[in-house]
Amino acid sequence: MMNRLFPAIVNRLVIIIPYAWLLVFFLIPFVIVLRISLSETAVAMPPYLPVFAWADGISGFIDNVRTFSFDNYVWLTEDALYTNAYISSLTIALISTALTLLIAYPVAYSMAKAPTTLRPTLLMLVILPFWTSFLIRVYAWIAILKPEGLLNQLLLSTGLISEPLIILNTNTAIYIGIVYSYLPFMVLPLYSALEKMDHSLTEAAQDLGCTPISAFWRITFPLSLPGVVAGCLLVFIPAVGEFVIPDLLGGSETLMIGKTLWNEFNANRDWPVSSAVAALLLMILVVPIMFFQNAQSRLDREGR
Amino acid sequence: MNRWSRFNIASIVIGFAFLYLPIVLLVIFSFNASKLVTVWAGFSTQWYGQLFRNEALMDAAWVTVRVGLLSATIATVLGTLAALAMTRYQRFHGRVLFSGMIYAPLVMPEVITGLSMLLLFVAIGFDRGFWTLTIAHITFTMCFVAVVIQSRLASFDRSIEEAALDLGATPTATFFQVTLPVIAPAVFSGWVLAFTLSLDDLVISSFTSGPGATTLPMKIYSQVRLGVTPEINAACTILIGIVATGVVIASLVSRRQQIQRERDERAAFAAG
Repeated sequence: MMNRLFPAIVNRLVIIIPYAWLLVFFLIPFVIVLRISLSETAVAMPPYLPVFAWADGISGFIDNVRTFSFDNYVWLTEDALYTNAYISSLTIALISTALTLLIAYPVAYSMAKAPTTLRPTLLMLVILPFWTSFLIRVYAWIAILKPEGLLNQLLLSTGLISEPLIILNTNTAIYIGIVYSYLPFMVLPLYSALEKMDHSLTEAAQDLGCTPISAFWRITFPLSLPGVVAGCLLVFIPAVGEFVIPDLLGGSETLMIGKTLWNEFNANRDWPVSSAVAALLLMILVVPIMFFQNAQSRLDREGR
Repeated sequence: MNRWSRFNIASIVIGFAFLYLPIVLLVIFSFNASKLVTVWAGFSTQWYGQLFRNEALMDAAWVTVRVGLLSATIATVLGTLAALAMTRYQRFHGRVLFSGMIYAPLVMPEVITGLSMLLLFVAIGFDRGFWTLTIAHITFTMCFVAVVIQSRLASFDRSIEEAALDLGATPTATFFQVTLPVIAPAVFSGWVLAFTLSLDDLVISSFTSGPGATTLPMKIYSQVRLGVTPEINAACTILIGIVATGVVIASLVSRRQQIQRERDERAAFAAG
């Protein structure tokens, strides 16, 4: 392809500079995680063995590789704590994604049907919370969900309940937190899929005798599927490894892998095991991430 | 007929109430006279006064702003380059890997990114602190910038670049006088996005920062663990205020530029 804008050298640099940055600071770190996950824990700094040293040369490198062990992974599969944490993270993420879709769909659908003059404002209002701190938005829920919090005060004063509901430090609080925090991520792709839709299709279906509800299920919903897929992946993948929400809103009985990894690293100082936890999580998520990359680059290509 | 039904209005009102009510409550209770965050005891700004006298918190805020300004600026340059690479070159070696590295950080759980970057810094013997924090922030925010700018470049009319080149402009001049002004609003909103993401980040910062480089979210987090206090509400309100102002300015700038562009196009059309 002719690219007249940049001469050949500059041409290459446009690609090389960001490429090199991401290779060094995004990809290579994962290789290091994999490598340390195969090491042994040691009481030293850094707290793992063996440590690579350039001075050892090739033979030292080979000696190092020989000492690689899968002990940490065996440990992960044998200890029920980790297995449960993986399973419950996936379950919580899956349920939260479904709930988010259920709440986001009517909002996105209604936004797409809003008068054209109102749409930019509505879009702005959906994006705005995304710009305010994740931590702050999760923190705001603590004051609402506490036993003596605002929600219970409201419900008690209206006489709907006679005893405070225990929501904070339960899985319910985690669901609320995830749905709340990730709602904009779901609304945006749904909205952009629904907004592009040709409304004459549903009108035609209804003229031909389709009820509004079956017109929705047969036409609107299938046409919005790319948005549904993109939105669900945008919520599901980060939710699996979520740390802040289970830590602040969840209870001690809630096991989520992001929190387990954090504790393993910060409290237990076990770097090899936390690397193994991260590597295994990445292996679980690699397929959804590839789906996401595919869906996203397809959407970007359609955009032009 | 395509009309706005009662159902539509109700979904929007409920949806937006859900999105905004917690934030509004948090802001309201930052002005509460009582130390209890859930019982209203009259209006007061005492927590703001206390906040500004809290030196540790102020230091953290200063670190946060410095990291944010520096990392957002570098991330914008790198993100713009990445977006140009993605839209202008359909084929190059490792394009799939490149696009993977652009999209993956958008969804990658932060604990993984944070841990892996920390291990990199330890492996190369780089002392953790301000610079490691900045590098980590550049890396994850540049991908958001790239995606924002890429969507603007996708609808870019290449013929105006061709015209400039045909009229004898050098490629560099064409880029700075034609391409950049057109994508400037996207570059600007990319910068604002990078800045706010950097300002807000907790998990990646906790992994990659060292002694002496504590950011505001890290400080807030360590206090939140001890309980909800009006002082944190005040700190959060200020953060929300800064971000909201930034976003409003960004949208005003981009709207004005769009109006200006439309006016220019009309003028050019009328003149031609």
